[in-house]
Amino acid sequence: MSGPKTTEPVLDVRNLTATFGDGELTAVNDVSFTVGSGEVLGLVGESGSGKSVTLRSIIRLVPASGDVSGEVRWQGQNILAMRDAELRGVRGGQISMIFQEPMSALNPVLPVFTQIEENLKAHTDLDGNGRRARARELMDMVGIPDAARRLKEFPHQFSGGMRQRVMIAIALASNPRLLLADEPTTALDVTIQDQILKLILDLRDELSMSVVLVTHDLGVVAATCDRMAVMYAGRIVETGTVSEVFAQPNHAYTRGLLGSVPHAGTERSRLLSIDGTPPPLDRIPPGCAFNPRCEFATDACRATVPPLQDLSPGRSVACFNRDSVVAAGSPV
Amino acid sequence: MASYIARRLLQLIPTVLFILIVVFALVRLLPGDPASAILGDRAVDADVERINRELGLDRPLVVQFGVFVKSVATGDLGDSIHLKLPVTTLIADRLPVTIMLTVMAALIAVVMAVPLAFVAALRRGTAADSTVRGAFQVGLSMPVFYLGLILLTVFGAKLRWFPVGGYGEGFVDNLYHLFLPAVTLAFSLSAILMRNLRSAIIGVIDAEYVQFARSKGLAPKLVLFRHVLRNALISTVALFGLSIGTLLSGAVITETVFAIPGAGRLMVDSIYGRDYPVVQGLTIALAVLVSVTFLLTDLVQVWLDPRVSR
Ligand SMILES: Nc1ncnc2c1ncn2[C@@H]1O[C@H](COP(=O)(O)OP(=O)(O)O)[C@@H](O)[C@H]1O
Ligand code: SF4
Ligand SMILES: [Mg+2]
Repeated sequence: MSGPKTTEPVLDVRNLTATFGDGELTAVNDVSFTVGSGEVLGLVGESGSGKSVTLRSIIRLVPASGDVSGEVRWQGQNILAMRDAELRGVRGGQISMIFQEPMSALNPVLPVFTQIEENLKAHTDLDGNGRRARARELMDMVGIPDAARRLKEFPHQFSGGMRQRVMIAIALASNPRLLLADEPTTALDVTIQDQILKLILDLRDELSMSVVLVTHDLGVVAATCDRMAVMYAGRIVETGTVSEVFAQPNHAYTRGLLGSVPHAGTERSRLLSIDGTPPPLDRIPPGCAFNPRCEFATDACRATVPPLQDLSPGRSVACFNRDSVVAAGSPV
Repeated sequence: MASYIARRLLQLIPTVLFILIVVFALVRLLPGDPASAILGDRAVDADVERINRELGLDRPLVVQFGVFVKSVATGDLGDSIHLKLPVTTLIADRLPVTIMLTVMAALIAVVMAVPLAFVAALRRGTAADSTVRGAFQVGLSMPVFYLGLILLTVFGAKLRWFPVGGYGEGFVDNLYHLFLPAVTLAFSLSAILMRNLRSAIIGVIDAEYVQFARSKGLAPKLVLFRHVLRNALISTVALFGLSIGTLLSGAVITETVFAIPGAGRLMVDSIYGRDYPVVQGLTIALAVLVSVTFLLTDLVQVWLDPRVSR
């Protein structure tokens, strides 16, 4: 784990808001964060907290019923205001995405080669031979042996881990500057998980990419990310470097999440695990959305939404009672 | 793929054998016997016996079946009782007309169904969607002969854009004559395919692999055709294959309405005339045709969906 590489951010997300059903359901609420060059940012939260919608909204990949507003600054432009043709140049060419379930995210009826090649056709000037060579190179790069033969195969002919490697190969085909990875290892078993995460980190170094890694697993964050942003009910509630946040969570929700991480050599300690589940979008409580589940909640929490306040550059928190949370210490 | 095709071709053998058994049995179950069909109703017993002997109908069923299979295998389907022509000649004469009508209808059905399914699916819930679906609903609930008569009256008799019947001379003229009948025949199949494809597209359009394809920055057309349509077509092709039999039986009615000299008309005439060698021969030919179509749709299906075991 390296420290934050604080240079000019490559991606600057400002006040990102995503709604469904004519604006009635807010899945992502006024989210802002930055990603530095070569940095791995972890986007963390329980299932349903809005991580995937946030990630997809960055490249406007939402269904017709969804609406995205705010600003996504990328290479001096706002992705959310781009013309469709420009957006297509960014998607896959500059910013790529990998999905949680490689089985459902790969087209079942197309050979792997076609699925790599169409990316190359869209974003490079390579001719047929060049594309074939590049496809083999990509398969080697992500560690799939016997590339020439396997390129002709279909997704169902690969194992789960190999399938995820295929998806990474497709995503990286045209040398993107940023990889958006949506729980890339959740569907895999533990040993394969580690291999895939290591592969992503290696490729990040090799290709000097930045990565936004969505996960609900703080173990994964600790092992792979430089900085992290914690999401709850569509909002970011805490940001900071991974070491800062693990050493001293400032938000009660972060503290709860950390408390339910299994520690090396011990059984999963459930001492601090959070009761209940995140609210559905049509029943987000007023005030701090976490208040019904929060042991630190006070009247203010039930009345007003706590603003996200900067503690230091890159370190922010949205909690009225962060002093009490800090006083309670880190559970890790 | 080659071995799959070989295997499927081998599977045709038992299918054809089964068809022969059914046809053999059916003809013997038909009301009225061939002898009285040939001799008329006032035949004397001696003549009936002679005819039966000539046709081999006095021998045991198993022997009759053996003879039957042997002659079919050698391409001999017997002679028509009324037309006094070899059944194979009649089939060679009439079946191509029906095949052409059916193929045209199938093409027209697909050409109507695919784009409209797209419109309906991509604009689901809008006026365009309900218009398309409503129009097809009407088409679906209208009997083939009625639709045929309407088209005939409007585009044939009134506007004189198309001939009101017959088959014409030469390929182009044939196509021209078959156009209205083919549209008539295509309509309900088109409606069925459209409905199926519309919901298949809706089912696929938000699939993860379509999202992934979009995230690659592919042109919308490519996403639509390569990723959405191709997957959506899998179930529609299966349905299409299954509909071929229905299409052929629809051809019988259509040929009658439009006075087209096809196999359908021949079949109807032969059933009324108890011309059982013709009925038998045509049934075999049509059944084999349907089996071959099933085989072809299976092959398309395997090509569309590599997960189908080969
Ligand atoms: N297309 C959609 N229409 C309506 N609601 C949606 C849609 N996609 C996601 N949501 C809702 O948005 C919320 C956040 O979803 P998501 O971003 O997938 O959560 P996470 O990835 O953190 O598990 C969930 O409540 C989910 O039900
Ligand atoms: S703002 Fe209040 S309810 Fe929300 S996390 Fe902090 S203490 Fe708990
Ligand atoms: Mg998710």
